[in-house]
Order: sequence, then structure tokens, then C-alpha cells
Amino acid sequence: MQLTLEFGGGLELLCESKKIHSVNVELQDGSDKLTMKDLLSWVRANLIKERPEMFMKEDTVRPGVLVLVNDCDWELSGQLETTIEEKDVVVFISTLHGG
Amino acid sequence: MEEADGKAKKAGGRLCCICNQRRAALKRPKTLEQICRECFYEVFEEEIHQVIVDNQLFRRGERIAIGASGGKDSTVLAYVLSELNRRHNYGLDLFLLSVDEGITGYRDDSLETVKRNEIQYGLPLKVVSYKDLYGWTMDEIVKMIGLKNNCTFCGVFRRQALDRGAALLKVDKVATGHNADDIAETVLLNILRGDIARLSRCTSITTGEDGPIPRCKPFKYTYEKEIVMYAYFKRLDYFSTECIYSPNAYRGFAREFIKDLERIRPRAILDIIKSGENFRISTTTKMPEQGICERCGYISSQKWCKACVLLEGLNRGLPKLGIGRSRGFNKDRKGRKENNGTSIESKQCGTLDF
Repeated sequence: MQLTLEFGGGLELLCESKKIHSVNVELQDGSDKLTMKDLLSWVRANLIKERPEMFMKEDTVRPGVLVLVNDCDWELSGQLETTIEEKDVVVFISTLHGG
Repeated sequence: MEEADGKAKKAGGRLCCICNQRRAALKRPKTLEQICRECFYEVFEEEIHQVIVDNQLFRRGERIAIGASGGKDSTVLAYVLSELNRRHNYGLDLFLLSVDEGITGYRDDSLETVKRNEIQYGLPLKVVSYKDLYGWTMDEIVKMIGLKNNCTFCGVFRRQALDRGAALLKVDKVATGHNADDIAETVLLNILRGDIARLSRCTSITTGEDGPIPRCKPFKYTYEKEIVMYAYFKRLDYFSTECIYSPNAYRGFAREFIKDLERIRPRAILDIIKSGENFRISTTTKMPEQGICERCGYISSQKWCKACVLLEGLNRGLPKLGIGRSRGFNKDRKGRKENNGTSIESKQCGTLDF
């Protein structure tokens, strides 16, 4: 599944200072859909190169990290249960850096 | 992103609960309303306008400096204030005021952002540097004192630098980007430190009215989430890197605690601010008396202001001077209020050394 992932608000520093990643995420065996929960563990395993605790806490994003799926707040689409589809754009922004 | 907009499936095609026409784009932490981007811009900006009007933050004809770090809060503040100034005809002269602490790889980059903001928003920029004001950059200070207590120097110096920059610009007031999350965090920290003087001050929307240049916080009731969403949707240009010298320990915990609370019950942030506002200080608590520094003339509750004490230490090669606990319980009543000088309102600092 082709997806565009964007990291901002300082999170890009955790993935080699690259903000936009065009990625191909394979569905897990026996699964017919990809949820945000699956995507987060994929991101953690494949893109986050340092300090994963800045990005995740337990099985979800760290409080203070905003997530948008196709420019829509994931709090409106079921957070971890949000289903991700081909060509979706998922944005992660940290609010935790100084202002 | 046009392609993304076409996909309504994610929110189940849920419509904005204000206009009932467009697809909802975010959930407001303050009200839990689901609203579209356009309605969000409107309620976000108008709420800030209401705060400005209700609290009489500005008066027509005033010169206002926006404390600009290049980060999200001050960038959104500069954008929204110039917009509201035009829309509602406040009649303000707005300026950007930045402090250059002299931190290579951090402040030099964020200052570039502020310089772009100067052009983007058409607001004149003034930069005051630690080097010019104090003769020391933070890089030099850290070289001398190491990574302990450096945030104390930086916090004390920044507070004064903003005032001195404001005096140079001849402004009537400084507006800072402190948001609701920051203030809730500061309320908690002041309780944890038992700092009653700061606890009562930190929730005030305007402070320092008795001093030379008052400061105000138009974002006092604005959630950090909404500031970041606003900056993202509007594609505002801001800088987001943690200060390279900030170990971010104690404040970091308070910050995380607030964010955890927010996830369970977003109202918690406004409620903590409310609690802070409602604390009453018993009449037996002695508050510090404000005087003037004998050396530089800056406001101070001691003979010398904190910046002069710290500078004296640096210049004499005794950087520990003025650092640490000056809380004498009986002997030095005034020192007790002065605490260890960390400016609790300067949010870039991570540590609050006890």
C-alpha cells in the first residue's frame, strides 16, 4: 500500500531529519486492512531511528503528538482504529517543542 | 492535498457541527465540537479577539511588541494579531521582538524563521542579543559553567533582554505566546515548588503593570493543539527544535502529565488554570517588595537584580554566584521569595533546579 507520511514539529529529527516519506506498507498476513495501530508499529520499526519514546507511548502516539489522516484529525476517525487506504496521507506533528 | 480533501470516508462524512456543510477536520479540545477548517479559523480567531476585548489587553494607538522566538506559539500569535488588528481595527503598531541568546545551531536557525516572518507579516523586527547586553553568549556561558544551571542564566537574562528590547522599541506592552497548556503547566510547577508569589502571578493575563513594560498573554485560553493545528492548516512557517542546552527534566514531567490528563479529559487544562486563579493567598504570607537594582536600575526585590548577580559571577570567574537555594527560612525573608531565580514563565527552559 502506497502511503505518504509526514513528520513535523520536531518529529522529523527522529527519522533522519526527513519530513516527507513515501512508503510502501505491506498488509500483514491474514489481514485485509491496515489500521492506524498497524501503521504506528510499522513506523516505529521502519522509520524511527532514535528516541522512539518521543514518538510513542505504549501502543499509541505519545500524548501531545497530533495525527491527521488526509488532513483530518484522527480523533474524528477512531484514532488507532482508523482504517488506512491506498494513497492516504498521514501526518504526525509534535506539539511538545518550545514556542 | 486536494486529493485528500476528496476523501470523506475517514470521518464517515461527518459534517461540521457549526456550518453543517463542510466535512469536519478536527475535534476542539475545549468543547469537543467537530468542526471544519473554515469554521475553525473563525472560532479560533474570534475567541482570541474576545479575550483581547474582554480583558482590555490593548488600547488604540499602542505600540505592541510580540515576543517572537520563531516557534509555533509566537508565529501564530504574530499572524493572528496582525490579522485581528486589521480586521477589528485595533489601531495598534505591531513589532516583532526577538532575543538572540547566542546558541549556535538553535537560536541562529530560529532567528532565520523570525526574519522570514518579518517579511511575511510585514512587521518590523528588533533583535537584542545577550552578547550586546551582557557581553556573553549562551555558548560562552555554557563553556564556562557546563550544562548545569545554564537555564537559570538563560531564563534570567531572557526576561531582562525582552524588557530592554521593548524599551528600545519604545513599546507600551509585550505580548507573548504562552498558551493554556503552558500556563496549566506553570500552575502545577509553582504548586510543586511552593512558590506562592509566582502561583498568583502566573495565571494573570497581564503582568507587570506596575513595572516599566507590562506583558500580556492573548493565548491564555488557547489550547496548544489548536495552535499547532492552525499553524499546520495555514501552512505557517515556524521552527521546532528543542534548545540544545535544555535537559528538560522537571518541566518535562509536568508537561507530560498535563498531556496525559488532556487525553482523558481535555477540559483539565482550563480547570487547572481556573484552580490557579482561585487560590487565595493568606494574609500572613509575606510577598516580596519590589525595588530597583542598585547596579543597573532594573526591577529587583534585592539589592542587585538576579542578572547582575549572575553576571558578576561570570565576570569574576565564580559562576556559582547567585545559583542555588537562597531560601533562608528566617534569616532572609526576601531571598525566600526570590527563590533560585529560574524564570518559571520562560518556557524554553526545561530545568527548574531546586
